[in-house]
Amino acid sequence: MSLQVTNLRVYYRTLAGDVRALDGVTFGVADGEIMGLAGESGCGKSTLGNSLVRFDPRMRYIEGRVELEGLELPIWDNAAMNDFRFKEVSIVPQYAMSALNPTRKIGRMTAELVAARGIPPETIVPELERRLDLVGLSRDVLDRYPIELSGGMKQRMVMVLSTILNPSLLIADEITSALDVSTQKAVAEMLVSFRDHGFVKSMIVITHDVSILYQIADTITVMYAGKLAEKAPTESIISAPRHPYTRLLISSLPEVGVRYAERRLAGIAGSPPLLLDPPAGCRFRDRCPVASEQCLQEPPFVEIEAGHFAACWKVA
Amino acid sequence: MLTLDRVSKVYKVGTFGGKDLPAVRGVSFEMGPGEVVSLIGESGSGKTTVGKMILRLISVTTGRISIDGTDIATLGGDGLRAYYRTVQGVFQDPFSSFNPMYKADHVLGMMRRQYFSGLADADWLAKVEASLQAVNLDPGQTLHKYPHQLSGGQLQRLLVARALLLDIRYLVADEIISMLDASTRIDVLNLLGELRERGLGILFITHDLSLGNYISDRTVILRRGNVVEMGATAKVFGNPLHPYSRMLIAAAPQLHRKWAAVAAELGAGGGPRPEGCLFHRLYPPDRPAGADGERPTLARAEDDHFVGCVRLDGEGACS
Ligand SMILES: Nc1ncnc2c1ncn2[C@@H]1O[C@H](COP(=O)(O)OP(=O)(O)OP(=O)(O)O)[C@@H](O)[C@H]1O
Ligand SMILES: Nc1ncnc2c1ncn2[C@@H]1O[C@H](COP(=O)(O)OP(=O)(O)OP(=O)(O)O)[C@@H](O)[C@H]1O
Ligand code: SF4
Ligand SMILES: [Mg+2]
Ligand SMILES: [Mg+2]
Repeated sequence: MSLQVTNLRVYYRTLAGDVRALDGVTFGVADGEIMGLAGESGCGKSTLGNSLVRFDPRMRYIEGRVELEGLELPIWDNAAMNDFRFKEVSIVPQYAMSALNPTRKIGRMTAELVAARGIPPETIVPELERRLDLVGLSRDVLDRYPIELSGGMKQRMVMVLSTILNPSLLIADEITSALDVSTQKAVAEMLVSFRDHGFVKSMIVITHDVSILYQIADTITVMYAGKLAEKAPTESIISAPRHPYTRLLISSLPEVGVRYAERRLAGIAGSPPLLLDPPAGCRFRDRCPVASEQCLQEPPFVEIEAGHFAACWKVA
Repeated sequence: MLTLDRVSKVYKVGTFGGKDLPAVRGVSFEMGPGEVVSLIGESGSGKTTVGKMILRLISVTTGRISIDGTDIATLGGDGLRAYYRTVQGVFQDPFSSFNPMYKADHVLGMMRRQYFSGLADADWLAKVEASLQAVNLDPGQTLHKYPHQLSGGQLQRLLVARALLLDIRYLVADEIISMLDASTRIDVLNLLGELRERGLGILFITHDLSLGNYISDRTVILRRGNVVEMGATAKVFGNPLHPYSRMLIAAAPQLHRKWAAVAAELGAGGGPRPEGCLFHRLYPPDRPAGADGERPTLARAEDDHFVGCVRLDGEGACS
C-alpha cells in the first residue's frame, strides 16, 4: 500500500457546532493505483483530499492515522507537514486554476515554489522543460501570466508544477470540471500518463463526474455524507455496484445511447442529511429503498469480496 | 413554429467598439411545439448568444427570427408582451437568479405585477399551485422558503415554474442542468421531458452531449458560431458526419464504453472521413445559388440529417 488511511475524522468548527464532514474513513491506495473519489456536492470529497495535505484553519483533526509509504504523516501539524508536502504528497486543489497568483509569471512562480523546498530552481529546469513538452505546452508559458493561459493550459501547468518533485501521492480535485469535452479528455489522459511515466506513484482523482472516472481510474470510491459507501475496481462499481446508494447513483446517469423516449431514468428522492447533526446509524437511511430496523445501527465498511468494500447491512 | 433564418450576431468589442467579433454565423433551424431541440457546442461557440437573440435580450445583426411567420424584431409594446407570454428563458445559475432577500412567493409575485395585475387572489393562487405542481414542487414546502433553504434542483424547478405561470409555448433552457448534482440532474431533465409531452417546445442549450442525447428530439451542433451538423438526435449521435461532431462524440466521457473503443468505432479518433468534405460532395461548389442568391450552409445527407462544410469558416477550398 502506498497510502493507508485509518479511521480518519476531520470536522469543521462553526458557531453552530462541528460539521462532521469526514467522519471515520478507512481505505488504502496501492502502488500505481489511480483511485477515483466520487459523490454528491458536500459529501466531503475535498475535505478528505485537503486533510491529507494541508489543513485549513477551520478544519479540526479529531482522530485517525495516515501512512504514506509506511511513514505516518503528521497531518494535524501544518508546519511538520512541510517536510512532506509537494515532495511526498501533493494536491491540485479544487479551483486551483483561479487561485494562481495573477501578478507572477508562471516561471517565477515555479522557481519560488521549488526554492521554498530548498532546491535550487535551475536544477529542475531540464526536467520541467521535458514535462512541458510532454503535456504539449510551449516553453514560453513560463514567461506568461496565468491570465494569458486558457483553462486547459492552466490545468496542465498546475499538474506539471505539483508533480515536478515526483511525489508518491497526487490528489487532483475537480481538475476537469470547468473544461470543454475535448480539453477535459486531454487533461484526464494526462493524469494517466503521469502515473505511467512514474512522475507520481499513485493518485486520488476527485470528481463528481463518474463517467470521467470510468475512463481513467483503476478503482472508484463513493462517498456519502462524510463516510465511505463503497470502494471497488472501476468495472465493478460501474457494472455491478453493491451499495444501494451507488446503485441508484449509477442508474441515474444519462449516457450516450440512452434516450428519454425509450428508457426513463430515475433520480434519488430526498436529499443528504446535514452534517452539522447527522442522524445515527446509516446516513443513507432516509433515502434508501431497502432500509430496515437494523440500519439504525451504523453499518461497518467491510470487504465483501476481494478488493470490494461496502458499508451496508444488506450487502455484508 | 419558432424559426431562425440565417441568423448572425456580430458583437462590437474593443475600446470604442471598433472591432467585430462574429459570435453566430448564418444559423438556421426551427423548433415546433412539443419538440426538444438541443443546441450543443463548446465554450464560446455562441449557444447563449442564440438563446438571447430568441428571447430578444439582444438584437440579431443579420437574418431573421420569427414566430409563426412574424419577425420578432418588428414586435413592440403589446406585441412584445404577447411574445413573452409565449417564449421564456431559464438560465444557468439558479442561485444568482434569485435575490437572497426574497422568499419564493415574492419571486413569483413579481410575475403577477408584470403580467396578471387584473387577476383575483384566488385565481392567482390556483395558477401558482398549478405551475408548482407541474414541476413537482409542493407549494406548502416551497413558497415560504428563502433561496438558501432550497436545493439547486428545487431552485432550478422554481425558475421553470415561474416561466410556466405564463402559458408559454417555447422555453429556452440555457445550461440549466450543468450546475446540478448527478442525482437531481435527471429529475430536471425528466421534467423537461414531461413538459414536452404537454406540448412545450424546448431549446435545450448544453455542452454535455449525454444530457442532450437523452432528452432531445433534434440536435444542432455549433462550432465557432457555425452549425456544422444537425438533424434527428438518433441520427446525429448514431452516425455523426462532420469531423467536428465525430471529435466531440469521441471525447465525451461515456459510462460503459472507454474512449479508445469509441474512437475505434468512429475511426481514427473521430477524425476526418477518408472521402473528404461530404457537404461539397452533396452540394458541389459550382452548383448555382438559390433563388435569393444565397448558398446553403448545410447539405442534406439523409432525411432530417444535415451537414456543413469541413472548413468551418466556409471560405476557400475544403478538400
Ligand atoms: N470551511 C467550512 N466551514 C464549515 N463547513 C464546511 C467548510 N468547508 C466545507 N464545509 C462543509 O463540509 C462538508 C463537506 O464539504 P466538501 O467541500 O469536502 O465537499 P465536496 O464533496 O468536496 O463538495 P463539492 O462536490 O461541492 O466540491 C459540506 O457539508 C460543507 O458544507
Ligand atoms: N456581450 C458580449 N460582448 C462581446 N462579446 C461577447 C458578448 N457575449 C458573448 N461574446 C462572445 O461571443 C462568443 C460566443 O459567446 P456565447 O456566450 O454565446 O458562447 P456559449 O456557447 O454560450 O459559451 P459557454 O459554453 O461558455 O456559455 C464568445 O467568443 C464570447 O466571448
Ligand atoms: S445500511 Fe440500510 S439504510 Fe444503509 S444503505 Fe444499507 S440497507 Fe440502506
Ligand atoms: Mg469539493
Ligand atoms: Mg453560454
